Amino acid sequence: MKRWIDLRALWLILLTLLGGVDRIAVAQDLTWGGDAEGGAPYLLPDPHRPRQIIGFEVDLMEALARQLGRRQVFVQNQWDGLIPGLLRGNYDLAVNGLEITDDRRQRIAFSIPYYACGEQLSLRRSEKSIERLTDLHGRIVGTLKFSLAQRLLEDEGGIEIRAYENQNNAYDDLANGRLDAVLMDWPIALYYSRPNPALKFAGESIGTLEYGIGVRPGEKQFLQQVDDGLRELMRSGELRRIYERWGIWNAETERLFVRQLENPTRAPAEQFLPLPAGSLGWRERAARTLGYLPPMLMQGVPMTLLISILGMLVAMFLGLAIALLNLYASPPLAILARLYVEIFRGTPLLIQLYLIFYGLPNIGIRFSPLMAAVMGLGLNYAAYEAENYRSGILAIPRGQMEAALALGLTRYQALRYVVVPQALRLVIPPVTNDFIALFKDSSIVSVITMVELTKIYGQLAATYFDYIGAGLVAALLYLLMGLPFVRIARWAERRYRLPGAVTQLH
Amino acid sequence: MITAERLTKNYGKVRGLDQVSFSIPPAQVTVLIGPSGGGKSTLLRCLNGLELFDEGSLRIGEYEVTVGQGRSQGGLARLRREVGMVFQSFNLFPHLTVEANVELAPRIARGLTEAESTALAHDLLGKVGLSERRDHYPHQLSGGQQQRAAIARALAMAPQVMLYDEPTSALDSALTGELLQIMRRLAEDGMTQVVVTHDISFARELADEVLVLIEGRVVESGPPEEIFTAPRDQRTREFLRRYLS
Ligand SMILES: Nc1ncnc2c1ncn2[C@@H]1O[C@H](COP(=O)(O)OP(=O)(O)OP(=O)(O)O)[C@@H](O)[C@H]1O
Ligand SMILES: [Mg+2]
Repeated sequence: MKRWIDLRALWLILLTLLGGVDRIAVAQDLTWGGDAEGGAPYLLPDPHRPRQIIGFEVDLMEALARQLGRRQVFVQNQWDGLIPGLLRGNYDLAVNGLEITDDRRQRIAFSIPYYACGEQLSLRRSEKSIERLTDLHGRIVGTLKFSLAQRLLEDEGGIEIRAYENQNNAYDDLANGRLDAVLMDWPIALYYSRPNPALKFAGESIGTLEYGIGVRPGEKQFLQQVDDGLRELMRSGELRRIYERWGIWNAETERLFVRQLENPTRAPAEQFLPLPAGSLGWRERAARTLGYLPPMLMQGVPMTLLISILGMLVAMFLGLAIALLNLYASPPLAILARLYVEIFRGTPLLIQLYLIFYGLPNIGIRFSPLMAAVMGLGLNYAAYEAENYRSGILAIPRGQMEAALALGLTRYQALRYVVVPQALRLVIPPVTNDFIALFKDSSIVSVITMVELTKIYGQLAATYFDYIGAGLVAALLYLLMGLPFVRIARWAERRYRLPGAVTQLH
Repeated sequence: MITAERLTKNYGKVRGLDQVSFSIPPAQVTVLIGPSGGGKSTLLRCLNGLELFDEGSLRIGEYEVTVGQGRSQGGLARLRREVGMVFQSFNLFPHLTVEANVELAPRIARGLTEAESTALAHDLLGKVGLSERRDHYPHQLSGGQQQRAAIARALAMAPQVMLYDEPTSALDSALTGELLQIMRRLAEDGMTQVVVTHDISFARELADEVLVLIEGRVVESGPPEEIFTAPRDQRTREFLRRYLS
């Protein structure tokens, strides 16, 4: 009886965890998705009560929900996944600095814009040679991934773009010299770049972008309600007060308000309705998946190969050294080698990468993204390779070492010429296995601004809203990249198979 | 050539060797016999430093091996260059050809050039009748061929002493005859040899002197005619009677 109750409690907890807040929300609630990791001034955890989310968009939704006679409920959702989350019905609205763009409008409907601003270029205070966008050719410029700013930079051309998940990292890298400039939405720059004494703004903001509230296509009536509510907030001055409170009231938004209030019919809901659902037939989809997606994705292949091969080389050499220290060094070194294995094997690769790329600069050690990616993968996999080599060496019969010693070889020579060469051949299969695993793990380095296959996949999938087509192509590319190495390993295994006694150990 | 004084080796409570003393003149073939567990392999391994004894002293040629020396790997390596060993299971290096097995040590430990060590390997493999097989891998050889390869490998270091642990255990009588030839020729060339064997007729044919090792002690030693026909010690008699029946 008691156990049954326990199970039920567990079940409830599980359901709550899985379902998230949205499932529990009542129909009356106006649920909206956003990413509180996005930061100020949009959405951020309250510094004093971290479980509370604040931001100008929270205030906006509070006011809008009141207009609609409902209660606003925030649903946390990763920013790149806001639109898929909306379409899956995880929440009613997507509100988190979503710029109204044509490709997004193909998938979802947008409300009238609720805020307008430009893109702001930030520079190091000492920077003299950059003033405007055209000065950026040949320079390294950071921005947020999937943002309008990124596309602006791409359109400009000739700029080396680093796409970040997080504005803090971008501005840090600008301050410490890894970047030459950062281009981001003006409110972000206002909050993250302006307060930094090492940085300055380059002139006025560039262009105009407008944020809209994302609504599922087909919900025309609901969309109309949202638009009416927003207009009412503009008219009453409440929205302006919210923006002023957050210090982000600007000329662009003022013009936006005037336009919306003078000429309310200029942007009827219908205008923003997306193309009819399923406007792309499966033929068009297939043509796209087979046509222009593969070449775009292929651009990520060389970088993925480079990172993986260099990473594996580091892992193999370092791993062998660690295995030998572990087996043959005097206790302090042997213990250090053991610790290395336990630490690098026992902690997440992702955290190791963050520490190397974002952590080490704090103590003056700065690696390029490529270097950091290779080091991260190499150091991590060295722990696994060390264990492979260790077991390989232990599998070589003791008589081999004794025979070598009896011939007058020193211990080092015996290892170098007799034991290790045999062990290396013995562990070809598990090492190959790890290499394939490393290949796939290399996708993780997109978090440190490396543009490789997975990063490009993410960008394409988000741009074309095609997670399946682009995903299948990207997965296929990984598979194809791995196959030659598997074949080489098979060949090496045959070629260097240990004849005689040791083969029996397989 | 070899002088051992009160060599003692303990494995925990087990006495592998117990106060073993003997002396072997140059170019002599000495055969170690005794029941299983008597300490024959242990003694052989002490003679080339693969096993470190706990008490006593050992002199091989001009090398003095002391109890405390175990930590000095360099000293041991120098001793081992003077003492070749042929293991019971040969322990050839499976990843190298027969020729490479023979060449490896002279090149690395004696510092011979590639040409010198290759010439040496050709010469030695010819002497043990393996010229045809030099590009084969060990697993492609028969037991007798593997053993001759192992002998050539040990001889390549130009040792003054050769040790053999049960060299006939994998051989039929024809091959045992061949081995006898090789070892006799080595003896004629002045090689000091120590052989562990269970093969009494092999021992009779080969030995200048026989040491009987029982429970870690040398219970009796002397020329083969004496030991095998008129053993003085009761334990030797017992061993031979059980062994020959
Ligand atoms: N590494 C070891 N650890 C513990 N005891 C050992 C070890 N090597 C040998 N011994 C013990 O020492 C004694 C002598 O062993 P040894 O191998 O020298 O005998 P042997 O005369 O060669 O026997 P066999 O004819 O069976 O080869 C035995 O009691 C054996 O169990
Ligand atoms: Mg033995």
